[in-house]
This record gives sequence, structure tokens and C-alpha cells, in this order.
Amino acid sequence: MTTKLGTALEVVTATDPGMVRSHNEDSIAAEKEIGLMVLADGMGGYNAGEVASGIAVAMLTSEVREALGGQQVNAPDDESGMPQAMTLIRESAARANAAIYQTAKSQPQYAGMGTTLVAALFYDNQVAIGHIGDSRLYRLRGDNFEQVTRDHSLLQEQIDSGMISKEQARYSQNKNLVTRAVGIDPEVETEVHSYEVEAGDIYLLCSDGLSDMVVDEDIHATLSMLRSNLPLAAKQLVQMANDNGGRDNISVILVKVLGDYAVPSGWLAKFKAWFG
Amino acid sequence: MAKLIMSLDNAVIREVPLDKERVTIGRKAHNDIQVDNLAVSGEHAVVVTILNDSFLEDLGSTNGTLVNGNPVKKHILQTNDVIEVGKYKFKYVADPSAGKTSVADFEKTMVLRGPVPRPGPGGGAPIAGSFGDTQINATTTVTAPSHPPVNGGKPLEKMAAVQILTGPNAGKELELTKSLTTLGKPGVQVAVITRRPHGYFITHVEGGNFPVVNGKALDAQAHQLHDHDVIELAGVKMEFFLKNN
Repeated sequence: MTTKLGTALEVVTATDPGMVRSHNEDSIAAEKEIGLMVLADGMGGYNAGEVASGIAVAMLTSEVREALGGQQVNAPDDESGMPQAMTLIRESAARANAAIYQTAKSQPQYAGMGTTLVAALFYDNQVAIGHIGDSRLYRLRGDNFEQVTRDHSLLQEQIDSGMISKEQARYSQNKNLVTRAVGIDPEVETEVHSYEVEAGDIYLLCSDGLSDMVVDEDIHATLSMLRSNLPLAAKQLVQMANDNGGRDNISVILVKVLGDYAVPSGWLAKFKAWFG
Repeated sequence: MAKLIMSLDNAVIREVPLDKERVTIGRKAHNDIQVDNLAVSGEHAVVVTILNDSFLEDLGSTNGTLVNGNPVKKHILQTNDVIEVGKYKFKYVADPSAGKTSVADFEKTMVLRGPVPRPGPGGGAPIAGSFGDTQINATTTVTAPSHPPVNGGKPLEKMAAVQILTGPNAGKELELTKSLTTLGKPGVQVAVITRRPHGYFITHVEGGNFPVVNGKALDAQAHQLHDHDVIELAGVKMEFFLKNN
């Protein structure tokens, strides 16, 4: 049975080890029916990165799927006004963190492993976005292309404090130093926000294997020009990253919003009424 | 460790290792690099080093500071950049082994533990940010190449263009300068020409019909374009050609 989300969203994913790395430590998942997209870029020796990102994506997906019972998010905000979608992301990311942290502690070959995380949960004509680290979410709305998530990285802190400009940051040797990651500390805070969604919006979740190899202008141009052919757009992004060197694993999830996916208001209003 | 190679009139005077967070350059005696020259201000410039990056900052000097001939206020240094202060030149050489033990480790994401290093006022020991133990050491040490800015399809020297042969725009020429150029009518038939390091490729984007090249319809795959190929799209013929041949 296709849910409303299933018809309102077009989703395409692509992942590629790149030109340099021997294996792919990125993990991705796209669950269109419940509106959940997850991307994680793992770090650690041997294959620990793969394990860490795999745990993160699997846990996010199963926790959210279980909480929603296969439906789109449809509960009202809690007492503090926090949309359920945001709470769901936050809580499942916390559990993923605990799982990775424990696994790393109990098995020496996984010691110190961690992963970045970016997740988007579409609900009621909105999207909740949570992230930890430097995997990103961009949005193309009309002609406006914007990086929605702010990296948790040394470079971003330097840009924020005015030490270097965004242009200069491209030359930095300190790229890829994240200040927050999943699984390396007993607890981690996920940065979560919720945004209104408009029909025609295109969302891009990606690992730094894309954003480090392809400049924003080219990502913008690709999404803009190829928006009528999402699979080609995804292929093109990966190809550009590889043409430019492909020095890291490349992963992308593209989501195009085709139409409305509001929760039926009568139903929601009744639900809300129960809680006074 | 990164360093500056100080020279005057092409004669190397000395090498200055960037062994602390702030290395100052100026005429006054308290500077780390004292430059005894009237064209140099008392406190002329400073090189601030944070982990693997070094930044040059002009301290409001009278005659300014140049990098590779361009006046700068603040500049992130790359290997072989030449800083000019007065008549003196300082060539910046990055640490070849800065944090990277192999080409495969290059670009690897690492976790920064401890406080984010920030430049403190005045001198002081480098702030140590240690790295989370997230990787093994590779067996060979290879100098990581200086990381040039990333651009789409840079190695390709050949410029190309498309000239419209039929229809209302006949005679018009469209230079293919960008990584992607779309052609055709959105909603009817659109193709994209991508500029890649090893050539130009045309790919079908949308529409019921595939593009026709030299009389033959393409399939969904990308197709490499050759000099003087004739493309037919949305009822319009155009010729692809390489420039400066």
C-alpha cells in the first residue's frame, strides 16, 4: 500500500567508493513510505568505519520504522511543542550512539570507531533534519541552492569565527576534522531542526566525498539542470566527484517533492483535541 | 613542520621553521623574524599556524604585504606561495607529512578531540588538539600532494562549442565553458553536454525521443562527442566543434 508520502516524494540514491579508497565506509538508507532518509560516513581503522556507519543507519531506520508502525509521522507535538519527528530523530540517534560506543569498547579492532550522520524525516508538508558531523543536507528551491546543515567541523568553526573565508577554506589542509561524531563518546547531541517543505523542492543528503570534490556551484548547476531526471542527476554528481579525484567514498540521496503530503487535518485536529 | 624560506634578491638568507602558533615579521627587535629595512613596518605581518594550516595576516603595515604578487590582508598559505615584505621574500613550504601517512588516508575524516584550537593573543605554545584514534598507520609514507582547489573538469584544455544550424537561432554559437550545459526544450526534449577531463559527452535528460547524433539516435547512455558531430534535438540541428584546433 503506497502511503501519501510514497507518491509525494521521488527518491534516488547512489553510493560509490570513489577513485582512491579500497572500500566504501558510507552507509545510506531511503525509506520513502515513511519519509525517512539516512546517510552516514564512517571512520575507523580496517573496516570499522563501515561497521559504525552501518550500525547508525540500521538503528535509525529500525527505530523510526518501529515508532511509526509503517505510517508517516502523525502524532502531534509533545508538551514542549517539539514535533514528534524531531524527537524521533534525536532519540534514535542517541541509541545509535550508545550502540556504536559500546561495540567499540567491547571489540579492540573497533576501538575509536565513529561515524557522521545526516537524517531527514518528511512529515505533514515539513521535514525534520538531524545531523552530527560534516555530512550535509542541501536544498534547491526554485533557483535558490542552500546548504541547510552547518558542519560540525574545525573548518566551519574557523569560518564562523571569521578566521578564514569560505573561499579560503577550500585550500585548507584541515579539512575533514569533525568536532562531533556518533559513537566516540558516551553521549552526543544531535542538531535537529524542522522546516516547511514546498512542492518542487529538491533535497540532497551527501557525504563529504561529494562536497569536498565538487564545488557548490557545480552541485547547484547539476540539480538545477537535471531536476527532471533525478537518477541522471545522482549519477552526474558521483561522476563529477570522481572526475575531480574521487579521494573519498561518495554518497548521495536525492529527494524531490512532487506534491502535498499533509496529515489529514480533521484527523490531526481530533488527535490534538484529546490532549487539550 | 612547515617553514618559511627567507631570501633577498634571490639569495637565501635562512629557513624559519613555523614551530609556534604565531611567528611575527617586522622591523622591531621583538619580532620572531626581524627585517631591518625601512620599507618594513615595526610590526608588519604575522604567520599564524593552527594544526596543519598556516595563515598570513598583514598587521596594518604601511606598505602592505604581498603573496605571489597580490596584496593581501589575510591569506591561507599553500606550498610555494611567496610572501613579500619590503624587499624580502618568504617562500612558504608546508609540512610534507602533515597528518597524512598515505595517499589513501588523504581526505580521511578524523575526529578532533579536546578544545578547538584558536589563535591566542600574543605568542604561546601551540594549542594541542589531539586526534581520536580512528585510523591505523599505513605501511608506506607518501607525500600527500598539495591539495589544489577543486573545479569541474580542469585538466581539459580544449574549449568546445555548439553552433545552431537550423531554426530561428541558426548561426548562434554556444560556448561549452561550464561543467554542464543543457540544450533543448524543457518538457519536450532536453539533453545535457557534460565537460569531463577526457572529453565532452552528451546524455539524454528528458523527452520521448533520444538525441540524434550524426543521423543515429542515441540510447540512454552518455555518448562522447567528436569534432564536427551534428546533433539533432527538439527539431533543431546543431554542430559540436572543438575550438583552437
